[in-house]
Amino acid sequence: MALKAEHEIHKRRFSRNMGVGLALVGFAALMFGLSVVKVQSIGAVQGFDHVLRPELLEKSK
Amino acid sequence: MTDANLTDFDNEASFGDYFALLKPRVMSLVIFTALVGILVAPTTLHPIEALSAILFIAIGAGASGALNMWWDADIDAVMVRTSKRSVPAGKVQPGEALAIGLALSGMSVIMLGLATNWLAAGLLAFTIFFYAVVYTMWLKRWTPQNIVIGGAAGAFPPMIGWVAVTGSISVESVLMFALIFMWTPPHFWALALFLRKDYDNAGVPMLTVTHGRRVTRNHILIYTLLLAPVAVGLGFTSVGGPVYLAGAVLMNAWFVKGAFEIWRRDEDMAEADRYKTEKAFFKFSIFYLFLHFGAILVDLTLRGLGVL
Repeated sequence: MALKAEHEIHKRRFSRNMGVGLALVGFAALMFGLSVVKVQSIGAVQGFDHVLRPELLEKSK
Repeated sequence: MTDANLTDFDNEASFGDYFALLKPRVMSLVIFTALVGILVAPTTLHPIEALSAILFIAIGAGASGALNMWWDADIDAVMVRTSKRSVPAGKVQPGEALAIGLALSGMSVIMLGLATNWLAAGLLAFTIFFYAVVYTMWLKRWTPQNIVIGGAAGAFPPMIGWVAVTGSISVESVLMFALIFMWTPPHFWALALFLRKDYDNAGVPMLTVTHGRRVTRNHILIYTLLLAPVAVGLGFTSVGGPVYLAGAVLMNAWFVKGAFEIWRRDEDMAEADRYKTEKAFFKFSIFYLFLHFGAILVDLTLRGLGVL
């Protein structure tokens, strides 16, 4: 006798978990894409935290 | 836990039962009209921003549908048309519908604001409030003009789409709003004419119940006559074009003709052919809206291709 007999309810629960999971993954992917687009739309960003910015070096010469 | 509970799974909800709370069929119209609003706007969004805008407008509309199902579970259980919805069918608890509605409302408004702008987000919040509170909780059970004013909620999506792109409300977006707003009453009153018993049983004060069917027929004709100039007028703005204008003239002539036929009939005639004219009018009204917004897209495409 098979002990692993699967009730229909397990399929229904699996579909529910899968649905929620896919929705969350999709949301996360969209947020990532949206973040990239928003950051790019700001334009070029300079990031010289631990070195001197080239323009400052130019000025000091 | 008793043995009975071990096998009492029939009413446990599937993912589809939760999704049905968002009224997917209404959502499809919201997605389509919001998409048109976004595409015809004079400026553009990045495709991912546009996708996000449509998604969050759709989720916001769906959330208001969930709130509607939470509040109206008692009516829905009585009406044949709605008795199989998730809450009256016992698959989703009313509290769950409320929680999903509130959570998705907040999420969609904030995300639309972050993805596009806060005027669009504000309009979406107002739409949800209007549908869930003004229409569902207040007007629907109180006045036969319920669907006239409640129709505003369904009319906002193309305007929200337009505002999401441009950041402002203009005459085009107002006319797209007016097109759906004026279309809603004849659409639902035609439905109410042949589904009368449903609304009677539920005690919803539809015009057919409170003022009778003669008055409803008059109202369908009046609103259809008011709708026609709005629909054709949209063709003379920047979003219109020859395809839309020709389509609008033809469809409105047909729609007015249908409304006139409904107006001319009485109950005996309608009973005799089982509401054939009313059903045909209702069916056409669904295509009417899709085709108007479809024609806007056709003109847009032709302009894009340089044909116009």
